[in-house]
Amino acid sequence: MDYVIRVCGAAGQGIQTIGATLAKVFSRSGYFIFSYQDYESRVRGGHNFYEIRFSDELVSAPRGGVDLLIALDKETLEVDIEELVEGGTGVYDSKALEKTMDDDRFVDVPMGDIAQEQAGSRLMANTVASGAALGMLGVPSEIMGKVIEATLGTKGGDVVDKNKKAGDAGHSYAKEHCPKCAFTVTPAGKERLLIAGNEAVGFAAMASGVKFYAAYPMTPSTGIITYLAGKAADHGLVVEQAEDEISAINMALGASFMGARSMTGTSGGGFALMVEGLSLAGMTETPVVIALGQRPAPATGLPTRTEQGDLLFSLFAAHGEFPRLLFAPGNPQQIFSCVNRAFDLSEKYQVPAIILTDQLIADAEWSLDGIDLDSFVFNDYRVRGDDFAALKEYRRHAFTDSGVSPLAIPGDAKHVVVTDSDEHNEEGHIIEDAETRMRMVEKRMLKKMPLIRNEMEQPELYGEEKPDTVLCGWGSNWGVLREVTDRLNAGGRKVAMLHFSELYPFPDYEGRPWMEALRAAKKTVCVENNATGRFAYLVRAETGFEFSSKLGKYDGRPFNARDLEKELSDGHVG
Amino acid sequence: MVTLDDLKGTETAWCPGCGNFGILQSFKRAAVELGLEPSGMLIVSGIGQAGKFPHYTKCNTFNGLHGRTLPVATAARLANHEMLTIAEAGDGDCYGEGGNHFMHAMRRNIDVKLFVHDNQVYGLTKGQASPTSDLGMKTKINPGGVASEPLDPVALAVAMDCSFVARGYAGDQDQLVELMKAAIEHKGFALLDIFQPCVSFNKVNTYAWYKERCYRLEDSYDPTDRLKAFERALEFGDRIPTGVLYRNERPTYEEAFPTLAKGPLVKQAVKPVDLEKAVALFY
Repeated sequence: MDYVIRVCGAAGQGIQTIGATLAKVFSRSGYFIFSYQDYESRVRGGHNFYEIRFSDELVSAPRGGVDLLIALDKETLEVDIEELVEGGTGVYDSKALEKTMDDDRFVDVPMGDIAQEQAGSRLMANTVASGAALGMLGVPSEIMGKVIEATLGTKGGDVVDKNKKAGDAGHSYAKEHCPKCAFTVTPAGKERLLIAGNEAVGFAAMASGVKFYAAYPMTPSTGIITYLAGKAADHGLVVEQAEDEISAINMALGASFMGARSMTGTSGGGFALMVEGLSLAGMTETPVVIALGQRPAPATGLPTRTEQGDLLFSLFAAHGEFPRLLFAPGNPQQIFSCVNRAFDLSEKYQVPAIILTDQLIADAEWSLDGIDLDSFVFNDYRVRGDDFAALKEYRRHAFTDSGVSPLAIPGDAKHVVVTDSDEHNEEGHIIEDAETRMRMVEKRMLKKMPLIRNEMEQPELYGEEKPDTVLCGWGSNWGVLREVTDRLNAGGRKVAMLHFSELYPFPDYEGRPWMEALRAAKKTVCVENNATGRFAYLVRAETGFEFSSKLGKYDGRPFNARDLEKELSDGHVG
Repeated sequence: MVTLDDLKGTETAWCPGCGNFGILQSFKRAAVELGLEPSGMLIVSGIGQAGKFPHYTKCNTFNGLHGRTLPVATAARLANHEMLTIAEAGDGDCYGEGGNHFMHAMRRNIDVKLFVHDNQVYGLTKGQASPTSDLGMKTKINPGGVASEPLDPVALAVAMDCSFVARGYAGDQDQLVELMKAAIEHKGFALLDIFQPCVSFNKVNTYAWYKERCYRLEDSYDPTDRLKAFERALEFGDRIPTGVLYRNERPTYEEAFPTLAKGPLVKQAVKPVDLEKAVALFY
């Protein structure tokens, strides 16, 4: 069972409310959920959708095709109708949309009138729509009532009651008038939690000991600061909205220098402003974690849409040579692990770490059985308190075998902690001599780099053990590649997926099974949400390996499993 | 007890006769008089001749990027609000490259002391105009003279309701020591704009030029009257007042964070707490 509901309408009509309610209802009913959003860069109007896919098996990507279309605007009836699969159903309100569908797949539900009658306001048409969808699918209305209580509880009893009434009314209307749904949804098991990508990033940062987060709002990363700001008082964080991204990263560095685990988040344009600060982190060896939610560029690009265009930018950004870590998670578990490892390794080696997400996974939601808190690593690498005071002398940038110098908390001892953006000596004071400069470059870059490379996790090789075709990808394409691999193998092909979530330092490859699989395969395809194959470039630069073909998508929309399978079958796959 | 010896730094790279020496000496005197331990203070600096300042005394030091002293200092205070945090910047550094941060630090009223070494010229890059250069000043880049009006940092600060606004002069160290002490002891953000003659590149605003114009604000002057303060802050010509121009009492930014009511962020438990509570909210 694999079902897709798409809620479409103008910004401001409440499609997010409907989508979020439905996603929550299905995850509480024990289903696997994957939802994602497609919206325009405007606050009111336009045409947007929120798509919820639910299944009794793991789903982690857009599927392609819609089973139930909830239309809140006229455009849905012209555009999204194309996506309706055979046997699919549409729900609309002919009075509100001033259009009557001569199409027996469509059911006319007077959402506005019901909302007015039951809740005294046409504004609650969206709740009626949610109720109607659930009624058509045979989901008991009590579950929706609980979700309304949980999500609207803070707005007061009256709001909850009215919404419940509106939802119930939509539910019973649908049960009476819409006998069309091909199947009904029954609770599938244990309640699952529902988490969005940005929330997962914020939660993982907390679970990794973040104390300070500074950012300037920018789609699609704003959800991280929103999440953390809501948690600040309860979880001992300081969250600051900076005046610009330059300030945000310098703030993160200032707090980190003083001893607080620090993070910032932005998108490509904001990251461009942070670049000098990134270099400062490299020079002063100050740990910092940066979440970079990619969106289509150059410049402002398509602000609310998705792309994987900033890989090489984040890899090469900043003047000078210094190590950095690049992660690109593709699902919630990878988000937890990548964010946690970014914090841990950033502190351990005193280098900046960047987490590349994109609009698809920043806004996407997944259901999970739970979160394994024991899986989060926390090591304190700082020299603090009595340990610092016990040191006879202290040099912030002392030469060591590993290149890693003691990172102490200023103020915890009589020793002073000194660092500089100028080249400096072991104490942290400015120097000009060639000898010290060379030793510092060796310490910062050449000694640390191989140690960090050794830490990097291997990519995931999934599917056929001896594949004819290897589909390679990174970051947010984990879900779609895994699904397409399964689909192609079910159709008799021999395909494996190779997915990277730890990108740089590029993992060790010589003699590794995945490198052997790549070399042995007849066809190798690098699938990316960009035009030129940025990851294929990185693989070739690091390993010399060249993919037999590249498949790029650069329309600002994510891949879906159905279309990607079709496209790959057309010559890319052996 | 802290002595001048405890505050000895590395060898200076400033030009002989630089106004920065007067600022450095005044700072050390103020630090000794206030008993400031090197490990109990943080000096954040940017780039320019002023940026080198912390190296020439002894203190926790973050000598960061050009223009970015205030974001670093702001967050350093949020991470440890028991650490005296001073930002040392130049006029180009703070009013040019970092102008946006200057405005927002005043809005926040973060408890950072900002000492601006204001020599009305770019020293490190050898003599270009700065945001405070006089109208008409000739430089290699402005052979016809500077055409932009100079930025008036103290008037701007009073307009922003900055909680402490003072102007000093490197040639009047006795007063400068007192102004630094007052800024350090003030609760909230403090701007101390310090005239600092650049002997190499500013042939207009020389020691003689400042000496002729600078006068100490009279003892009867009331720095709590904002409109009067604005009037005096605008006085920049034949006569230029030095001293505390304006001050007000208002809550500091640190006080706005519930987390910090429990003590400095860096002194709190480093391990994450109560995660189960956060997980429950996802259901």
